[in-house]
Amino acid sequence: MGILEVKGVGKRFGGLQALGNVNLSIAENSVHAIIGPNGAGKSTLLNCLVGKLIPDTGSVMFNGQSVLGRKPHEINQMGISRVFQTPEIFGDLTVLENVLIPCFAKRDGAFELNALTSISGQSDMRDKAEQILTDVNMQDKTGMHAASLSRGDKRRLEMAMCLVQEPKLLLLDEPTAGMARADTNNTIDLLKEIKSKRDITMAIIEHDMHVVFSLAERITVLAQGTPLVEDIPEKIKGHPKVQEAYLGQAHG
Amino acid sequence: MFGLDKKDTTLLLVVTLLALLAPFILNPFPEASALAQFNAGYPDLMQRFVIYGIFAVGFNLLFGLTGYLSFGHAAFLGVGSYSAVWIFKLLGMNVLPAIAFSIVISGLFALLIGYISLRRSGIYFSILTLAFAQMSFNMAYSVLTPITNGETGLQLTLSDPRILGQQATADGSIPVTNLLPGLEMRQSVQLELGGWLFTFNTGYYLAAFFLLLAFYIAIRIFRSPFGLMLRAVKSNQQRLNYTGIHTRPYTLAAFVISGMYAGLAGGLLASMDPLAGAERMQWTASGEVVIMTILGGAGTLIGPILGAGFIKYFENIFSKINENILHDWFSFLPQGLQDFVVTIVAPFFGEGWSLSMGLMFMAIVIFLPGGLVEGGQRIGQLFRRKPAAGDAASSQTTPAE
Ligand SMILES: Nc1ncnc2c1ncn2[C@@H]1O[C@H](COP(=O)(O)OP(=O)(O)OP(=O)(O)O)[C@@H](O)[C@H]1O
Ligand SMILES: [Mg+2]
Repeated sequence: MGILEVKGVGKRFGGLQALGNVNLSIAENSVHAIIGPNGAGKSTLLNCLVGKLIPDTGSVMFNGQSVLGRKPHEINQMGISRVFQTPEIFGDLTVLENVLIPCFAKRDGAFELNALTSISGQSDMRDKAEQILTDVNMQDKTGMHAASLSRGDKRRLEMAMCLVQEPKLLLLDEPTAGMARADTNNTIDLLKEIKSKRDITMAIIEHDMHVVFSLAERITVLAQGTPLVEDIPEKIKGHPKVQEAYLGQAHG
Repeated sequence: MFGLDKKDTTLLLVVTLLALLAPFILNPFPEASALAQFNAGYPDLMQRFVIYGIFAVGFNLLFGLTGYLSFGHAAFLGVGSYSAVWIFKLLGMNVLPAIAFSIVISGLFALLIGYISLRRSGIYFSILTLAFAQMSFNMAYSVLTPITNGETGLQLTLSDPRILGQQATADGSIPVTNLLPGLEMRQSVQLELGGWLFTFNTGYYLAAFFLLLAFYIAIRIFRSPFGLMLRAVKSNQQRLNYTGIHTRPYTLAAFVISGMYAGLAGGLLASMDPLAGAERMQWTASGEVVIMTILGGAGTLIGPILGAGFIKYFENIFSKINENILHDWFSFLPQGLQDFVVTIVAPFFGEGWSLSMGLMFMAIVIFLPGGLVEGGQRIGQLFRRKPAAGDAASSQTTPAE
């Protein structure tokens, strides 16, 4: 029994069957990659996991509890954090403030009217935020406005915002898209290091096969809304069906 | 000091000094001079400066921080005034219980309206608040007449119970509002210095005290984790949800706090002049606070106070200037030309003052989208010149300046 169990999930947008009949099991403390051509339904699948979309059919269980019908903030409180394909950050706020927000957010989601305490007085929160920014190599950008960051930096910032929450399951939608090679390698190292330090499960969507084969323990190939194969990386590499899915797309 | 950092302490001290010295600062021209009509240092106007300053500071806590544009905030101002007048009728003429009651009732009213309106965002939220305020306005004229006294407005009468005070003064008239027995709101001390006349009014200083308190609390909210969450709502509510935060309690708390500020302002208006009418709740009054806040600089600390002062000052000056005064101004021109110029200029003054206000508002929104605060920053830059342009640009976008 995996930490995440997706069973028979289907989602239709008008005439388009974006997800067919998706079954997916992600083992606790593993790194599971989901790959597939553009439009395969990878992001749609993540949307169904975090409460952005409700699937038409099927069930999604996290840690033995259903996530369907829960609000996005409730699902996050269960321990699922997500890095989006187009970075979702607080553009008008500074990099440090972006990370302070998840620091102040209570894990149980409790509302706090801490209107008369000052942020600058909370040194433990600042330390925590500054530490994670150092981890993602952004310590010299803490005062910048998030909107003015490069695309790769926005992604690293979003990753820091998710990591500081210490999620049980981290969902990464193309985390290295728009990054320079060196930053991509840093990101791989960072994720490996986090993985070695504490218990965390990661599901990663990626087009960059270098990233996929550096991190993934298992790979699911999705095409036209249905999983084609699921196996360990070595088996996926030369798999004829995978070649077909990608080549088919390249020709079409 | 008081849990503020150095910059904020300086800001608070400057505002305190301005408030204390306002009777001097606002009366720069000698009584007898032709320019005396531009003086603003008389009690009635000074009271309006600070009371509408409170209203705008509170509005900014909602609009400036969360980006939720309420178009019905005058409803809370009106409710505050009605509540205060009822205390004057039932309990007595001391303003403190009346003001406290205004804040509580407006807060409860804001809780109700906010709870419903905040289910929507953007333009739908604005329309809902506008609808609620217009509903309150119309009800104050009709079904709620027993509470609001309809078109006449709620007034004090000799037959009011005033169980903790006197029903009537010794000479048989209605008592006046006071802070302590013998310290009446309308009392003033006048100081004549050379040709200048300065007036120090009890009501003004009480209102100024509340402005400083309101401003201090606003600074604390801006700098708190709660304030950070509110700014995050404005920036990207979706991300906040995916960070595990249910945003509605935060926006509702901001809405209620801002409603309580409006209630305080309404209570103070009634404390200066104990009557309340439905027109205080009309949509034009709601629009005015939006304009004050944007004009001064939404999302900045000092902006709303500047905006309120600016609007109230020009409303007063422009509406006072009539054709006779204009003829006076242009008396250096030959008669025909003088008449012509006055005919052109007159529609912008007196009754037509709102036309000038509208033009000024448009000019500011177009050329200074950050309001008067941005204007001040640009002027400051000209004088400093030294700091890099990037530095100034970043301080502009910081909402907490
Ligand atoms: N909200 C939506 N409404 C309508 N169609 C949608 C919606 N979201 C996704 N789709 C469609 O569903 C299909 C799958 O989209 P999805 O974003 O999941 O693909 P993807 O595998 O993430 O692709 P990419 O690699 O380009 O990110 C696409 O054809 C897309 O146009
Ligand atoms: Mg995608």
